[in-house]
Amino acid sequence: MTQATAESTTRFADAHAAVLARADAAGTGALNDTRRAAFDAFTAQSIPTLKHEDWRYTDLRELNKTDYAPAEPNTDVTADDIAPFLIPNLDTHLIVFVDGHWREDLSAIDEHPEGTAIGTLAQAYAKGCTGITDYLGKQVDLETDAMSALNTALMEDGAAIYLKPGKTIDKPIHVLSVATAKAAGTMTHPRNLIVAGEDASVTVLEHYVTLGGENYFNNAVTELFAADRAEVHHYLLEREAESAVNISTLEIHQGEKSDVHSHTVLLGGKLVRNNVRPTMAGEDGHCLINGLFVGHGDQTLDNAMRVEHNAPNCRSRQFYKGIMSDKSHGVFTGRIVVAEEGQQTDAIQSNRNMLLSDDARMNARPQLEIYADDVRCTHGATTGQVDPEAVFYFRARGLPEDVARAMLIYAFAAEGFDRMQLVPVRALLANEMIAKLPMANKLSAEFNEEIKQRLYRI
Amino acid sequence: MSTPLLEIKNLHAEVEGNEILNGINLTINPGEVHSIMGPNGSGKSTLAQVLAGKDDCDITQGQILYKGKDLLDLDPNERACEGLFLAFQYPVEIPGVSSMQFLKAAVNAKREYHGLEELDGVQLLQLFREKADVVNISMDMVKRNVNEGFSGGEKKRFEIFQMAVLDSEFAVLDETDSGLDIDALRIVSEGVTNMRDGKRGFLVITHYQRLLNHIVPDVVHVLVDGQIVKSGGIEVATELEQQGYASWAEAEATAS
Repeated sequence: MTQATAESTTRFADAHAAVLARADAAGTGALNDTRRAAFDAFTAQSIPTLKHEDWRYTDLRELNKTDYAPAEPNTDVTADDIAPFLIPNLDTHLIVFVDGHWREDLSAIDEHPEGTAIGTLAQAYAKGCTGITDYLGKQVDLETDAMSALNTALMEDGAAIYLKPGKTIDKPIHVLSVATAKAAGTMTHPRNLIVAGEDASVTVLEHYVTLGGENYFNNAVTELFAADRAEVHHYLLEREAESAVNISTLEIHQGEKSDVHSHTVLLGGKLVRNNVRPTMAGEDGHCLINGLFVGHGDQTLDNAMRVEHNAPNCRSRQFYKGIMSDKSHGVFTGRIVVAEEGQQTDAIQSNRNMLLSDDARMNARPQLEIYADDVRCTHGATTGQVDPEAVFYFRARGLPEDVARAMLIYAFAAEGFDRMQLVPVRALLANEMIAKLPMANKLSAEFNEEIKQRLYRI
Repeated sequence: MSTPLLEIKNLHAEVEGNEILNGINLTINPGEVHSIMGPNGSGKSTLAQVLAGKDDCDITQGQILYKGKDLLDLDPNERACEGLFLAFQYPVEIPGVSSMQFLKAAVNAKREYHGLEELDGVQLLQLFREKADVVNISMDMVKRNVNEGFSGGEKKRFEIFQMAVLDSEFAVLDETDSGLDIDALRIVSEGVTNMRDGKRGFLVITHYQRLLNHIVPDVVHVLVDGQIVKSGGIEVATELEQQGYASWAEAEATAS
């Protein structure tokens, strides 16, 4: 073990000990053995370096620069503080975590059907809800995924959502994670669990935001189980301050004829990595993985997808689009793995990126790994600039250059927004995306508003 | 006589250091339809691009007056707002933007340029319906993304539709007939013919005579090696069709 990795594991050892020590009071003492085993698994791997195949383009050495300490519970944050992060025109159940700790007083869980549960992981353990807790860790591979092992070693709480077979929760569930970032060097390891029984249906939004400007580390893991014929829509909205290191992982297990839609939108954060990993374990499953990442400044936005087709006749669709300006760096790695059992797999993967400056960078790696002989898999990645021929075409019809460029960039993102069923979420994200684009401030607010409404059907 | 719509005087232009246009003189008056015919590489499309303002063409000499104003002083979008229209040889596919949104933006950009109030959705739709009748296209096309997945014929019809919607005063049709079957050719030609009103001008650039059987021009020019080597009536096109471009190229080579 090199000196650097030894230091990094020692550093996290103190944090691990602190989490173990306060677990009983939090009601999750039963998880301490799991945490210990996970910490051993993490120690065996340590923080991945650029030599690791899965981390070739994203340098996590940033994490070795700070002695991160587990964030303490915070009671100062008020409803007024979080009001700006609610999603306008969207009625949701609301679960609020501040620095990783549940704030019951800020949460608003409305009535939901019998046979469904909307709460926290700590509650599920405290009440002995084994129907939920038995799933924890089932979809995470601690031996090969160091960051999920670290999450498991340091996890304290997160959302726990459960639906018995045939149940539907109509209102989306908004899981709002607020980082105070008033003091430097804190970390949180949110751990969410979504279990949808046969024929159940639910929509969950994971939403990460920041109040202050100090640096911190957020390492979230969500396990999502969609049983046979279940339908789950999951959104991940990364809108943190550009002082945050954020790693988020969505592990999905899909049963027969289940339908999972994952939408990931990365806008905030300094160094961001998002993993989405569905496993198609039952026949005739469908999954959509839709992503949009918009970087500026010196942000790194890394998207890693891995779809495993372990059963026949499943359909998967991955669509990722990146728009990078200034000196930002985008990464896309998409891997489709079709096991021998995955006959008649129909998989499509597409990654398209637009670079808006000479200094912006993009690394794209589409990958196929196929062991079945009767499949249809396509993949493709393109990276380019705003098409000058298209800009000229618009100008030749009377549109000024800035307007032409803006329309083409907004249109490029439109496909990503179109796939999201929650229109208020599109509206929220479109505003934020537009604000990040270099030409946006040259255009009138009216123009931006109008184009947004037209293109994104908001 | 009124001001010509277009006056090109001794125009020389280069693309990537190669002289493509080599002293073009051309005057088009309101109401006239001129055709430029020429072999591949003669500079036909470069001329169209120069008129529309494409920035990869360098004008090294000469002048272009449009309605008496110096055209080269205007940005491409200003030219469009002044009523100049280029029907593209290869219309660009724009995924994500519906034709409706595109046309609305274009119509209102022109209105804003002229200090007119924007048209609202209802007025625009009415305008589109009216013009769709003139050029005989279906409104379904307008609901699709700009040129995306359009057949060659649909793309060209959509160009003609845009020309009608933008109420262009002077239109350059750059090989609009290329890749068209007979039916599409007829529809496109009828669209142009329906817009001839004695005031609008047209410059129809083509490789073949067949388009000129439908859009009958007032004057036909033959362009070879960046120069107009002959101008005349429709009979010039007929001669060309019979003899081919080779004889013109030879004639020019002997002359120079």
